[in-house]
Amino acid sequence: MPNASEFIGLKNYIELFLNKDFYTALYRSIVWVISCVSFQLIAGLIGALIMDQNFKGRGLVRGISLVPWATPSVLVALMWAWLLDGNYGVINDLLQKLGLIRHYIPWLAQGSTALPSVILANIWQGTPFFAVMLLASLQSIPEELYEAAKIDSANSWQIFWYIKLPFLLPTILITSMLRIMWTANYMDLIYIMTGGGPGSSSMILPVYSYIKAYKKLEMGQGAAVAIIQVVLLLIVVLWYLRLLKKRGRDF
Amino acid sequence: MNKTKITSRLKYLVIFGWLFFIIAPYLWMFITSLKPPAEIYTKTINYWPNNPSIESYLSLLKTTPFIRYFLNSLLVAVGTTVIALIASVTAAFVFSRLPFRGSRGLLSGMLVSQMVPAILLAIPLFLIFNKLSFVNSIVKLILAHSTYAIPFATWTMTGFINEIPRSIDEAAAIDGASPLQIFWHVLLPLIIPGVVGVATYIFIFSWKEFLYALTLTSRTVDRTLPIGLHTFMGEYTIRWDLLTSAGVITVIPVILIFVLGQKYLIAGLTAGSTKG
Repeated sequence: MPNASEFIGLKNYIELFLNKDFYTALYRSIVWVISCVSFQLIAGLIGALIMDQNFKGRGLVRGISLVPWATPSVLVALMWAWLLDGNYGVINDLLQKLGLIRHYIPWLAQGSTALPSVILANIWQGTPFFAVMLLASLQSIPEELYEAAKIDSANSWQIFWYIKLPFLLPTILITSMLRIMWTANYMDLIYIMTGGGPGSSSMILPVYSYIKAYKKLEMGQGAAVAIIQVVLLLIVVLWYLRLLKKRGRDF
Repeated sequence: MNKTKITSRLKYLVIFGWLFFIIAPYLWMFITSLKPPAEIYTKTINYWPNNPSIESYLSLLKTTPFIRYFLNSLLVAVGTTVIALIASVTAAFVFSRLPFRGSRGLLSGMLVSQMVPAILLAIPLFLIFNKLSFVNSIVKLILAHSTYAIPFATWTMTGFINEIPRSIDEAAAIDGASPLQIFWHVLLPLIIPGVVGVATYIFIFSWKEFLYALTLTSRTVDRTLPIGLHTFMGEYTIRWDLLTSAGVITVIPVILIFVLGQKYLIAGLTAGSTKG
């Protein structure tokens, strides 16, 4: 059992900063966060606009949209590992039938496709939640605004651009902010689907921290990685708060 | 066909596309779970089983400790929900109605736990629980999950209670009600929808939680569903019949919870965001 009792000052941090693996994990973390959150935002916005239409069974569709968020990440990992399977995966079969690939691709087992594959699974998992949040905000747009736009004979693109988007902006900002933090700390999916591999092709900071702490039993190093991540996230939060201040108190 | 009819058809097509995007992975898991093992590993993929059967489910229940995992998860999720609700509703009452020096700061501090990576909290929890080896693993997990659930729930519940006008408790106080009576007979009934929403949230959080469960349980009998599924993925890499049927059973409680608590959950989740 690890016996964490001796005080060693900043040694854990110095050791990390001298380690090349740390920088690789940091770089992949940034790729992971940016690509996950931006795609979730775009797809979530589309989903919210779809669900904002008037149609029968809207409540049900909204309810179903929350199911991926409530699904254990292990199950998400399992479903996507099965969809992406290199021998019997349905995604390979479909792509082959469409003529997009010639041979089955072992998506999770090769370095060049592992990270994009887990990003895809995460986008799927996070998008519907994003959509539900944005939908709530869309539905709080006062009816008068639409009526005024109709009188001015605005088309639906203008309504989106001049009414919906400005109204959504505060929700987009705060939801993206929370998503960034959540995605940066989220290790389950990658840990289960690839374990950070093959090699270190999908290693992000929280997985690196976990492996340091529990696989190599270097608890101090694992904690140091996590602390650095908190500091980095804090910078993002402070930047966000400054942005809010700059924009004044309009939201 | 006139123009409005086409747009209406197009609309339903788009909605169907959105639903399909969400449901497809579940659907494929369900279809696979109905295939007899021999049919799963074929060169050409069948999009519907030739001979649908529940064979996978039977062998899952017979040959694996799946039921044990399921019950453990249920126990942990219910335990966490009960503890976190009791703690957070009472704390929220104090934060909202009986503020004390430093209570505002304490309340803001509750949000910090949302920012910290779970791994950072898991390491000290692991080291502390190691010293408490006599404590049952299920109890450890309930406590660990509560450390996350209570701050979040307190924050949300305080918001709900703050929305109830103070004039209501003042009226009750004039009638001679004690703070406890005001809490129990006046405020609590008014915030029930919020409580249901928060309870749903906590249950789901605990039901799907992975990292604490991974670090705090070591014996097979203590595993929760997520950890059970994770070991399955290691042990039965080539048994997709067991994996998919286990997956289907795991998702059932999630759907049940949604049928029951959906309305309140969405109201609770989105309350904060729209006020931004």
